[in-house]
Amino acid sequence: MPEEARRRDGDHAVVIPIGTGGRPGRGSGSARPSSAARNLAPAARKAASSTPTSTPSSKPSARPASAAAGKKKTRAGSSDEKVVPPPADAEPTTADEAGQPSPSTGIPVGEWLAAAQDAAQEIFGADWERRLAELMAFVRRRLEGAYDVDDYGFDRELTERFFMAALRPIAEKWFRLEVRGLENIPAEGGALVVSNHSGTVPLDGLMTMLTVHDHAGRFLRPLGADLVFKLPLVSSLARKGGATLACTEDAERMLSGGELVGVWPEGFKGIGKPFSERYKLQRFGRGGFVSAALRTGVPIIPLSLVGAEEIYPLVGNVPSLARLLGVPYIPITPFFPWLGPLGMVPLPSKWILEFGEPIRTDAYAPGEAEDPMLVFNVTDQVRETIQHTLFDLLRERGSAFG
Amino acid sequence: MGRVVLVTGISRDIGRRFARAATGDPSIDRVIGVDAVPPRGDIGDVSFVRADIRTPVIAKVIAKEDVDTVVHMSVIATPGSAGGRGTMKELNVIGSMQLLAACQKSATVERLVVKSTTTVYGSGPRDPAMFTEDMGPKRLPSSGYAKDVYEIEGYVRGFARRRPDVDVTMIRAANVVGPHVSSPLTNYFRLPVIPRVLGFDPRLQLLHEDDLMRVLCHAATSGVPGTFNVAGDGVMTLSQAVRRLGTPSVSLPRFAVGRLGSTMRQARISDFSPEQLGFLTYGRGVDTTRMRTVLGFEPQFTTAETFADFCQSIAPAVKEGAGRA
Repeated sequence: MPEEARRRDGDHAVVIPIGTGGRPGRGSGSARPSSAARNLAPAARKAASSTPTSTPSSKPSARPASAAAGKKKTRAGSSDEKVVPPPADAEPTTADEAGQPSPSTGIPVGEWLAAAQDAAQEIFGADWERRLAELMAFVRRRLEGAYDVDDYGFDRELTERFFMAALRPIAEKWFRLEVRGLENIPAEGGALVVSNHSGTVPLDGLMTMLTVHDHAGRFLRPLGADLVFKLPLVSSLARKGGATLACTEDAERMLSGGELVGVWPEGFKGIGKPFSERYKLQRFGRGGFVSAALRTGVPIIPLSLVGAEEIYPLVGNVPSLARLLGVPYIPITPFFPWLGPLGMVPLPSKWILEFGEPIRTDAYAPGEAEDPMLVFNVTDQVRETIQHTLFDLLRERGSAFG
Repeated sequence: MGRVVLVTGISRDIGRRFARAATGDPSIDRVIGVDAVPPRGDIGDVSFVRADIRTPVIAKVIAKEDVDTVVHMSVIATPGSAGGRGTMKELNVIGSMQLLAACQKSATVERLVVKSTTTVYGSGPRDPAMFTEDMGPKRLPSSGYAKDVYEIEGYVRGFARRRPDVDVTMIRAANVVGPHVSSPLTNYFRLPVIPRVLGFDPRLQLLHEDDLMRVLCHAATSGVPGTFNVAGDGVMTLSQAVRRLGTPSVSLPRFAVGRLGSTMRQARISDFSPEQLGFLTYGRGVDTTRMRTVLGFEPQFTTAETFADFCQSIAPAVKEGAGRA
């Protein structure tokens, strides 16, 4: 088939190949390579010379066209085009193929398979067949929608296989998370994890979720501000990751359902505070989390997290633009927005998470959640615990990036 | 002694089917269907009375037939079927007011069952994950179906206060889906390409049409007063639903979906109302604990099963469309 095509080209000499058409030569535009090139590749000599000889035998009427072709060839500097015998026609292509074997024929199929197997083993480990089958099943389930979400929209499978897997290297390699007090997380039943909030972007929440999942084997269900559920993309990711709105109804529903719930009562005041105020706890909301815990009788676990303050040192804010966009602040750090996307890379600070001793609330009667003084007292107790632990951890950690 | 049940809104498919189902119930003697236009399908043993519930004629019907149970189903969701938003509002709100006025005057009425909807809760970013019956919408609905239902519920509560001897049951049904249902949501799922709001994945909670029939029958015969959320178990996200349906979908920014919706409404392709846009952005979930504990009703279909049933019903149509193209 390729031979026929080539012959036709020679006949009409209208198709002028660009470059060398895969044969050795200098790209003169002619079908024939230069003499120097022909000396280098002896097999190519026959290939090139086959074209003009086929002309008279197959189509005598195409005289002028072939003459034009001949003219061009002379310009290219060759002289011996008419002396080659016709039978040489069949040979050149086979010689061509033998000379430059294509990769598909060169490497035996068995080796391809072995290489694929090795690659699979490299990616999936020793029992790669089962892992690969699992992955395919996972992809199929995702594409068919054959997975379950709970009442809050929590997609357990996606969270475990995708979100957590994506966050794990960041936690282990970039922030070098150190976790303490894991024994304070109950193995089952409802509990409320209360943490300080910092870092301009709520990475601390994501890292806490990962830590609780990896070390305590439970899913932390974060309560998010309503802005989270207003923003496109963020809202759907938050619900799939297990978050729900920080309101009394949802908090109590989750806690009485036996979930491990995470709250960051400082909210935007904590996360968007300037770098100069790092590790100074802001006001703990209105104590709504305490009344929810009191009403459901679950323990409150204070979590002190050191390290998130340094990831994006917030040195400025653009309040007017923030108001315009409807967000609480527009962060300005030493690197953002000056370095563009590069400025969005968090600084690799050293993180320490310490889960404190649970504050029990089941001793109080459920009606005492209506007592504002008790709620304020418990709120202060939680806040003081976290603040003191933060100072201790800071002293212990020393340099932020050490 | 069996009951005499009056069903409003019988010309619509769901009302007609409920009326027919009610005739099969042993504790119900007679079923009287009322509407301004005759029903299109077979109504079986149901006696049809042509009366407009916007007029006082309805009081005469109740008195003459000795009706003791009224099932109000004529709250319509789509302005297209009623012939415009003005007519729809009049049918919904004025019709309900006249009906309630007639019930208040009647000496025979003992029970009132109103088919309401979870649309009254609205949809927004500040909604709790699950609404209970005590909660109201976070933002009052400003227009459309949701506003009508909100107003009707207000009148029904007023009636319950004035006639404490009448058992008033309000069924807040989640989005009813089924092979025979033509609602804004089912029409949306029947579109050849489903537009979705970019970056949002709402939670949907569905109720099968058979379960709606059953819960209305249950409410009409048992007479448990109160307001009840009725929905299938579990939720599913819109992305899940679209994938299970197998229809291609396209994600557009919210304003573009709204624009597309109003264009489709003008072209009479689909009824895509603003409150539906909110629903398709933020979704909604309702708590059905009281449905089980107080009303004593157990739906046969979960949300996922309801949707699977719906998928089966439209699968041939989808295939046919694909074959044509």
